[in-house]
Amino acid sequence: MTLDPAVAPPRVQGRTPVPLPRPRRRASAARWFWVSAAALLGAAFLSICIGGQPSSLQDVWHAVAAPDGSVMDVTIRELRWPRTVLAVCAGICLGLAGTLVQGHTRNPVADPGLLGINQGAALAIVAATALAGELPPLPQALLAFAGALAASVLVFMIGSAAQHGATPVTLVLAGAAVTALCAGLVSGIVLLNDQALDTLRFWQVGSLAARSGVLSVIWPFVVAGAVLALLNIKPLNGLALGADTAVSLGISVFKARAAGIAAVTLLAGSAVTMAGPIAFAGLLVPHITRAMTGPDYRWLVPVSALTGATVLLLADTAGRVIARPGELSVGVVLAVIGAPFFVYLARRRRLATV
Amino acid sequence: MTTTTRLDHGLRAENLSLGYDGADIIQNLSLTIPNARVTSIIGPNGCGKSTLLRGLGRLLAPRSGEVILDGVPLAGQSTRQIATRISVLPQSPVAPSGLTVADLVSRGRHPRQKWYQQFSPADESVVEDALRATDILDLADTPIEDLSGGQRQRAWISMTLAQETGILLLDEPTTYLDLAHQVDVLELVRRLNREHGRTVVMVLHDISLAARYSDHIVAMKDGRIQAQGSPADVVTSDRLLNVFGLHAEVVSEPTDGRPHVIPLGHSG
Amino acid sequence: MTLLQKDRTPSATSIRVLRAGPVSVRLNLRTVLVGCVLGVVLLAAMGLHVAFGGTPMAYPDVLRALLGDDTNSRIHLAVTEFRAPRMMAAVIVGAALATAGAITQTVARNPLASPDLLGVTAGASLGAVTVLVVADGGHAGLSGFAATVGMPAAAFGAGIVSGVAVYLLAYRRGLDSYRLVLAGLGISGLAASLTTWILTLGDVTSAAQALTWMTGSLNGKDWATVQPMALSAGVLIIAALFSSRWLLLTSLGEDTAIGLGARIGVIRLTVLTIAVLLASVATVTAGPVAFVALASPQIARSLTASVIPPVGVSALVGAVFVLLSDTVAANALSAPLPVGVATAVVGAPFLIHLILKYQRRLS
Repeated sequence: MTLDPAVAPPRVQGRTPVPLPRPRRRASAARWFWVSAAALLGAAFLSICIGGQPSSLQDVWHAVAAPDGSVMDVTIRELRWPRTVLAVCAGICLGLAGTLVQGHTRNPVADPGLLGINQGAALAIVAATALAGELPPLPQALLAFAGALAASVLVFMIGSAAQHGATPVTLVLAGAAVTALCAGLVSGIVLLNDQALDTLRFWQVGSLAARSGVLSVIWPFVVAGAVLALLNIKPLNGLALGADTAVSLGISVFKARAAGIAAVTLLAGSAVTMAGPIAFAGLLVPHITRAMTGPDYRWLVPVSALTGATVLLLADTAGRVIARPGELSVGVVLAVIGAPFFVYLARRRRLATV
Repeated sequence: MTTTTRLDHGLRAENLSLGYDGADIIQNLSLTIPNARVTSIIGPNGCGKSTLLRGLGRLLAPRSGEVILDGVPLAGQSTRQIATRISVLPQSPVAPSGLTVADLVSRGRHPRQKWYQQFSPADESVVEDALRATDILDLADTPIEDLSGGQRQRAWISMTLAQETGILLLDEPTTYLDLAHQVDVLELVRRLNREHGRTVVMVLHDISLAARYSDHIVAMKDGRIQAQGSPADVVTSDRLLNVFGLHAEVVSEPTDGRPHVIPLGHSG
Repeated sequence: MTLLQKDRTPSATSIRVLRAGPVSVRLNLRTVLVGCVLGVVLLAAMGLHVAFGGTPMAYPDVLRALLGDDTNSRIHLAVTEFRAPRMMAAVIVGAALATAGAITQTVARNPLASPDLLGVTAGASLGAVTVLVVADGGHAGLSGFAATVGMPAAAFGAGIVSGVAVYLLAYRRGLDSYRLVLAGLGISGLAASLTTWILTLGDVTSAAQALTWMTGSLNGKDWATVQPMALSAGVLIIAALFSSRWLLLTSLGEDTAIGLGARIGVIRLTVLTIAVLLASVATVTAGPVAFVALASPQIARSLTASVIPPVGVSALVGAVFVLLSDTVAANALSAPLPVGVATAVVGAPFLIHLILKYQRRLS
């Protein structure tokens, strides 16, 4: 690295002083944390104030402070507020899951769906619908969760059965295999059963229209997943330097991976249960975050959670505004904005090595 | 320093500027590669040695200026034609798994082959000679990935030999090799030069080895040539300090009188 | 004139050089042998596919009908008008996808690469599904002009547009395999999301039709559709065979290939165009059939013990794969399933096997 003469230290007789590295990154990463927290609050506020029906700040104040059962009040309290909460939770889950899965697979284009989670959930739903008919939303959601878990466990088992255990490559391959297998089975089932197909095609789009009661059942898993994710920070920093270096730093690779995969499963499984499969969120959010905070997982993980929630809120709000009085689901909005943004990132420079 | 009085043979760069995405790494550089000699390019990390080599081998298109081969700019010649005159061994070359040594070396005949003449008897004997010259004839059937570092380098050099070019460009051929293998490769290179008269340009990190095995040394820093000439002229204490920021003593090797570098630590 | 002459460079591998005067051709004997065996297997699979493409028929009857004997008019009609076109469609789709896969894997230098990466299949799906849902307008199904011309045209057009978009997005003073993968992922993801959204717009029946197509289905193929596909696929596969020399050079990495005098930019553009066109032809014929493009080249590669997936053998493997999968899918359960289900269900365990067996080499 050649030094610009203006910046290079003056040559001292007999010795070239080495400039001390300035801890620039750490300070600005902390700043980004507060910035993203603020952005999240702003997005949440927008989500409550804006929606399918035009509303004003007074309406919001009215609904919060002195509700009297009017249509706008109901809209705000019963529809927008739960939806906002759901978006925040799902966003946190996806942001965390995406960061972890990219870290463990050392693959900058990894998405939590890579571990077969989305397809496993879909398989559970269509299989159940085919066998037992149309399901009420809560059991359907829980089945999805179970399916997601089963698929992820299968992926981890196959990935670990290989000679050297669960390496990034084997995880990705196993994920691809299980995803394809589940997708094939799903196709088979829905083509034989119309009701299952109907259920699937609406579920598949990914929507934050509140699935009543899901959050109240699923929140322990979200919390467990988030805790595991935070505990996984230090091992991830070590693993980023390679498995050998991680071991010499005293990190148990197997335990770290197991905990990481478990976290991803719980988080992404919860997200898919809450909102259906939302592509791109888990893929994009870690890159946006990394551009802000750098590769240190101590900042990457928490800020990803905040950024994920913000992104999902903004996408959902946009979907509600663009397609008034109907709505464009958050999955589609994210894809339409996310895909070009992703390609833009790819063109600007090499995506960060994870 | 262009000699236009006689027929222009050989490789030279004229006011060459090269870069990748951002600023120019090399600006306005002119260099004539001495014919039928071994030239080494040395310099600190990031000074542009590999970039220069890649420019000379048309792996990187010049932003301005030109590289001239036998009096004709490279840009005006077809890449296949250039491949019959210059062969390049890139840094960390890749080969698909399962490729055998013989297979790799036969690839070197590609510039001279046609689609209906995929492997003439002439090709065959050239490949055999190339394998023999690098002493890996007995490894012909071994997959590349099963070879040691030194053997692998010899296989790649063998491929460049099979190309039958007058000029060989080697980008860090000895990095990642242990000392014995480094010497192995450099002895081979020198032999190719002495026995076959091939012009060799290589990028090296080890200054002492460069001094030992080269006829001409080019020392670079910050994208510019700081010094060039015979090893004795270039490898001196002052130059090492200037170019590398290295305090070192330079002694004469007892065997052939060439300079040998003894680094002194930062003292006091 | 000397014929099969052993390459004098001492080599125990099966590479032989065929010489006649100034002409010399390099052959890998093992590849040729495997190719011949697969040719025979292909013929058997074709017969099997026709025999079991509906009510099971006896082999002699099938053979007679295929050879033009119309004494038993019922069987003759069934074979020549319904089953034979479907069989040819299966062969085309398998061969085309496998060849596209072999090219993509060699250029991307990655055994996991697949033409899906080039965005073609997702784009084609989007085009086909849009036509299906829009033109259908919520009624009992798509038929007539829209089905025979509109949907395939939309699929082909959208597939090409996606492929071009991916190429343009990935191009920046040259083509980088890494950027190609990322651009392909972006476009595929976008197309896939839009497709899932469109699926919600029509009614269940059109959704079922769309999904059937998207899973990869050989239903309703007649000679009118199959003939132009066969022609295009044939031409493209021959072009791919001729590019085999270039493909090996590509696998040596960009710097080495340029050093050997290969115009790497032109080569990559040419072979990727062939791959995109082949993938489009296959997708138009039968929708995106999973796994064929991924698995066939790897199977071919390990059968012939070659360095890069051989184009011809891959095509044969692909054809056999799709024929057998379609036969299974049509007969395994009470109702016939689309071929894509069978290829996915068979392909996934195969991929898992690949992981466990070759994971050292893959990492």
